Amino acid sequence: MMQREKFIERGLLLLALSSIGSLALITIFIFIEGFPLILSTGLKNFILSSHWAPTKGHFGILAMIISSVLVTLGAMVIGVPLGLSCAIVLAEFSPKRLKMVLKPTLELLAGIPSVVYGFLGVIWLVPLIRNYLGGPGLSLLAASIILGIMILPTVISISIDALTAVPDLYRDGSLALGATRWQTVSRVVLPAASSGIITAIILGMGRAIGETMAVIMVAGNALQIPTSVLDPVRTLTSNIALELGYAAGRHREALFATGIVLFVIIMILNLSATLITRRR
Amino acid sequence: MRLDPHTTQRLVKALLWAFTGFTLLILIFIIVDISIKGLPQVTPGFLSQDSTDMGRAGGIFPTIVATAYITALAILLASPLGVGTAIYLTEYTREGWATRIIRFGAECLAGVPSIILGLFGFVLFVLKLGFGWSVLSGGLTLAIMVLPIIIRTSEEAIKAVPQDYRTACLSLGMSQWQTVTRIVLPSALPGITTGIMLSVGRSLGETAVLLFTAGAALRTPVSLFDSGRTMAVHFYILAREGISMPNAYGTAAVLVISILVINVVAYTLMQRLMRRYS
Repeated sequence: MMQREKFIERGLLLLALSSIGSLALITIFIFIEGFPLILSTGLKNFILSSHWAPTKGHFGILAMIISSVLVTLGAMVIGVPLGLSCAIVLAEFSPKRLKMVLKPTLELLAGIPSVVYGFLGVIWLVPLIRNYLGGPGLSLLAASIILGIMILPTVISISIDALTAVPDLYRDGSLALGATRWQTVSRVVLPAASSGIITAIILGMGRAIGETMAVIMVAGNALQIPTSVLDPVRTLTSNIALELGYAAGRHREALFATGIVLFVIIMILNLSATLITRRR
Repeated sequence: MRLDPHTTQRLVKALLWAFTGFTLLILIFIIVDISIKGLPQVTPGFLSQDSTDMGRAGGIFPTIVATAYITALAILLASPLGVGTAIYLTEYTREGWATRIIRFGAECLAGVPSIILGLFGFVLFVLKLGFGWSVLSGGLTLAIMVLPIIIRTSEEAIKAVPQDYRTACLSLGMSQWQTVTRIVLPSALPGITTGIMLSVGRSLGETAVLLFTAGAALRTPVSLFDSGRTMAVHFYILAREGISMPNAYGTAAVLVISILVINVVAYTLMQRLMRRYS
């Protein structure tokens, strides 16, 4: 009997190692495929040049790095105020029953596939930008707005958890001193929940920089360093997805190398989110 | 000039509610737009006929079969791994370095973007293992994608089962494993089902992973080694290449409504479980 239990425990441990094992496999394979190219091109040439002509042997991804970063920052500008507002309203200013309905409803946004966001972006948002602001419409701005909406569920649900984790004693103490609800929220609750909210924002950034399909559909995919929010851009992710279908040889290696850069950025974001949460 | 705190509060509240209302409006707009333009396309024929002329005419039957096939495979592979992990984490070990590594793995895996998973599935399953663009490659890669979802929800569900249940079983002389299989898992089943349903929802909407692992052949896949175009990939191709807007909307309606229904049911199940034990 004891032996059987021991055997089961070992078996379960093996199953439990599957996720870390998959993560290791992913890391190994992406690096095996992409790292040789970074070595032969030189890391500096790879990430600090914006000359991307893979068939002629030029592999510089600076323009895409800049585009990815700008699109992500744009998404933050749109998504963080909206998401935080929703979280504050749900956690602090709405009756319990309304919260019970609104929270799951807003979380439905997470279920909508990214291709659908991209599609609606092309149908509704892109023409608006083209007609009222100028440019081709497919742009940095369009991608930022769509991504800003897509990160809302991440920002909202993690921020709500952070806000509800603040003990009611804090609120009661502040209200008893004669502060208004908003003074309580802005000076007591938000600072107390700040590490959770920062985690929410970082995870939202990770989500935005890694998103592919929606960005391909609305960003215009032109290879350039944008000079205006109305310029079309090509991000790291869209470059991989657009070219992987026909790339071969060193070109394909370069796409995996792009994957490495993306992977490293996202792992740094995830790690810092984990560290911040743990410190709390 | 300093505003009186009550006036400030009124202004801020109005602004916050306006932003919340706007967010809700976006959600409503998405669902209404897709339903109004998509649902009229969704006839019994649309669901049961083969696609012809690259998807310009005919139905989406092959993509429904491919979606079901790939999703089922992914769930079949990921469920035992995910539930096993959750049992190990909650019932078989104390918090320590092992659990920390396992949780860290699951958390990081959840953060890996789908394009990276697509690259990985493409190089390992499609090229190195020689499965080609196939249902098998797609299902394997999707299984890795949904694994963290199943782990997280199952763990939450198993933790919700009251400790008394376990104590009672163990004091009756049942082994740990008997306690888990006869008492803990049946009590946590609704929550575990929630995790599986959320994974189905996530799989239905996935595109970037499948484009590079399952391919885009518009035929009904039969063997595990056949390429299959899922609904989401089909929708992407129809929309991006401007093949047929009505059919794109129709496919989107089927896709979005199935995902919403699945997510709502999954959420209700989990709520019921949490209420029962709290």
